[in-house]
Amino acid sequence: MALVRELGKRFLSLVLVLFLVTLFTSLLLSMVPGDPVDTLVPLAESEQADAIKAQVREDLDLDESLPVRYANWVSDFIMGDENGEHFGEYYRVSGSDPVSERLGDALPISLQLMVYAQVIALVVAIPLGVLTAYRAGSFFDKTSNTVAFGLLAVPNFVLGLALAYYVGVVLNWLPPSGYVPFSDDGMEHIRRMILPAGTLAAAQVAVYMRLLRSDMVATLQEDFIQMARSKGISDQRVLWRHALRPSSLTLLTVAGLNVGTLIGGAVVIEVIFSIPGMGMAISQAIFERQYVALQSFVAVLAILYVVVNFAVDVLYSIVDPRIRHARARN
Amino acid sequence: MPEPATDRLAAPVDAVVAPVAATRPAAAVDAEPIETSPTRKLGVVGWFSILWLGGITLAAILAPWLPLPDPDRSYLEIVRIGPIQPGHFLGGDGQGRDMLSRIIWGARASLGISVAAVAIGFLVGGLFGLVAGYFRGAVDAVLTTIFNVLLSIPALVLALALVAVFASTGEDASNGRKTTVLIAALAIVTVPLIGRIARASTMAWSEREFVKAAEVLGAGHVRIMLREVLPNVLPAMVSIALLGIAIAIVAEGSLALLGVGLTEVPTWGNLIAFGRTDLARAPHIVGLSSVAIFLTVLALNYLGDVVRARFDVREGGL
Repeated sequence: MALVRELGKRFLSLVLVLFLVTLFTSLLLSMVPGDPVDTLVPLAESEQADAIKAQVREDLDLDESLPVRYANWVSDFIMGDENGEHFGEYYRVSGSDPVSERLGDALPISLQLMVYAQVIALVVAIPLGVLTAYRAGSFFDKTSNTVAFGLLAVPNFVLGLALAYYVGVVLNWLPPSGYVPFSDDGMEHIRRMILPAGTLAAAQVAVYMRLLRSDMVATLQEDFIQMARSKGISDQRVLWRHALRPSSLTLLTVAGLNVGTLIGGAVVIEVIFSIPGMGMAISQAIFERQYVALQSFVAVLAILYVVVNFAVDVLYSIVDPRIRHARARN
Repeated sequence: MPEPATDRLAAPVDAVVAPVAATRPAAAVDAEPIETSPTRKLGVVGWFSILWLGGITLAAILAPWLPLPDPDRSYLEIVRIGPIQPGHFLGGDGQGRDMLSRIIWGARASLGISVAAVAIGFLVGGLFGLVAGYFRGAVDAVLTTIFNVLLSIPALVLALALVAVFASTGEDASNGRKTTVLIAALAIVTVPLIGRIARASTMAWSEREFVKAAEVLGAGHVRIMLREVLPNVLPAMVSIALLGIAIAIVAEGSLALLGVGLTEVPTWGNLIAFGRTDLARAPHIVGLSSVAIFLTVLALNYLGDVVRARFDVREGGL
């Protein structure tokens, strides 16, 4: 029961944050200095242009009061935009595609990239974290830590460009840019995603490894580990079966919270490796001054982030019995 | 249901009394600090960090008076030519402009914007965090909600949206206006970062006896906050601010790559963004600018860790 109440409270705060985030993004257009319509419809003055501008103004509810504008925007955003008002004809990104279609194409590609990066990061970081904790103080531990610290100081675009240059151009092992859908050519898809996903994963590896290591070191000093060892259970089993699970809670939380970093990172990485995901869509929208499209893209990323964080939070309280019980007691 | 051994803070005490590691020398466990950040001593890396930051800051400030070629002037003989040329130590960029000069002028823009943004974030976030942590209750709830909303939009996307919308309306978007908007956008991103740390730290410190003593002696809220709490909260804020400057420098680079940001003056970000087209032919343009960013971020991260380790500040709520 207490868990339900706790989740209810969290859900309320989720709704509040979603409201404020969408309010902010829906108002982005009005923050454009001067008359936003002039920016959206860059036509020379003529009767025809005035008519189009008046139509745009009406479509975007720019003369309406704030609550009406917000309500219309949200309903179009959620229910789809049948009249093509907010996501339609005048405000197309690069000519032919309406915003919603563009979104439908771009979002899965970005999600793919983020999932690949997250998987690579965890697959590399967990064994490293466990091993460095087990061999704490050893040469291997110290080297890994130094490398991780250095890696944290490399901006993802620097790493991306360096990899694109060395692996892509100098060594010519992998294509330095471009995207191929998995359904077209699975092998080529993987070949092209290795560099961007690896780049995105690199900084996360450093974060996750250091986190897991410090939690592992603490866990390995606990009584139940001594108990397990004194029963003669092998080191391998103690590390992977007994110590890893209680040590991985912080990792789980941070991995969830890191989705924000991943989103920001993916946006930049996509531009560097010419992957037609959300980052490309956003930078194109900015380049073409498609602020209506930009609004929707930003809103989608923000909502994605908020919802993932909420999910991680809920998962966290379900997975960790200590938190569940602590909350139940209060 | 039985409660598993939870109190991790208490556990190490037992661990020290009865070292567990059967397979490892006990001393290794005892001597092992749980935190993996560098030691309290500054060390070689620390001195190198200070030296680099000091040098690049000084060069950035003194750029107009240094004997450097004009960063905007093209020299035909060094178009896309790598480092160590007579008169052009770091070679030239795609248009034959002197790289050393552009990197130093770039530092002026990049460091200036980042430091200004974090300074604003430091003041505003610090003030909000201090007030929220000290008064708690409704004030805290409102300020924390604001922090959480700001943190709930991916920082880069937030900055991107703000800069794109405010600063790129046609040709009239001047350099000065763009700079102001960039600083403001990065400051908005920094406020909740520093604010949350300041709040968590203030909460911990304002429970302490000497604060209660000051209250009993009749000191006012402002006096207690400024004289008793703030000096103790400051190290945590400085540590995060150093990391914040590093984050801002990287953010400026990311924004430049995405096509928002300054274009008229060199910045580290736009050096990379423009140099990208020559990556295959002249990798030193991107390479040298990247090294400048890397060293600066590394130095800031390291010093931030040193400050945190020295004052033993725990990252509350992070």
